[in-house]
Amino acid sequence: MKVGVVTFPGSLDDVDAQRAVGFGGHEAVALWHGDHDLKGVDAVVLPGGFSYGDYLRAGAIARFSPVMAEVIDAANKGMPVLGICNGFQILCESHLLPGALIRNQERKFICRDQLLRIENNRTPWTSAYAANAEVTIALKNGEGGFVAHEDTLDRLEGEGRVVARYLGGNPNGSLRDIAGITNERGNVVGLMPHPEHAVEDLTGPGTDGLGFFTSLVEASFA
Amino acid sequence: MPRVVVDVMPKPEILDPQGKAVLGALPRLGFHGVTDVRQGKRFELEFEGEMTDAILDEVREIAQTLLSNPVIENYIVSVETAVGEIS
Repeated sequence: MKVGVVTFPGSLDDVDAQRAVGFGGHEAVALWHGDHDLKGVDAVVLPGGFSYGDYLRAGAIARFSPVMAEVIDAANKGMPVLGICNGFQILCESHLLPGALIRNQERKFICRDQLLRIENNRTPWTSAYAANAEVTIALKNGEGGFVAHEDTLDRLEGEGRVVARYLGGNPNGSLRDIAGITNERGNVVGLMPHPEHAVEDLTGPGTDGLGFFTSLVEASFA
Repeated sequence: MPRVVVDVMPKPEILDPQGKAVLGALPRLGFHGVTDVRQGKRFELEFEGEMTDAILDEVREIAQTLLSNPVIENYIVSVETAVGEIS
């Protein structure tokens, strides 16, 4: 499959995400924030970083970039979209996912290997994981506290839309230890930790993140 | 030249770590009377000509769509008719 990776001014992990897409067995296609088309890709990754310098709010300005108009349209038609860290923030700002991400509770930028439980393995990005798999991948964020209205949180839990939850301590004050969620349809996933930094043994905490990139199969569109 | 001010504040129920950091610094500076600090943002939008309801409607739309995130923030729109005077 062709997987687009968007580069915004200030993106940081776009090249790592492209590499991870390749490790997952897919072809990475570089997309630029100013693009008005998605170059025929089958899925899109919004990588981590500080798009537009995180000015205003993280993801707030990226949401209105030309490429995001295309991504939002495609996501609403069912295209798999994965937003990692800043990508997660952009998905929330775009209203593709509910809630918002605020500054970490302890006001520190957190960078560590993080244990997670994959609670929803029915998305196109997590189907490679066993139910309730426990994985360790890199976490690095300054504004990773997931917040949403109490009703929204109940709904996310009730509908099984919490994709990943922090284990072994909540790093950033995210409500209900939420590390990642999906939309109603299940094609859009936002995740605060970085699976693209855990795809090879040479660097990072291991290869637990690879599943996010091997999960994609043609069947996603069925 | 009319100026419209948009004040954006984190909702009361949303944690404000920046405000807390400022609050924590005050006693170290010898200020002990402050019980809480919330940090927000102020935007000043300049327009040509007379202030109209249409402009105010536009500012509210700008405030809702871009300047604030309704999930975590509230905003207040006010018009500054002259320097230092707020209507």
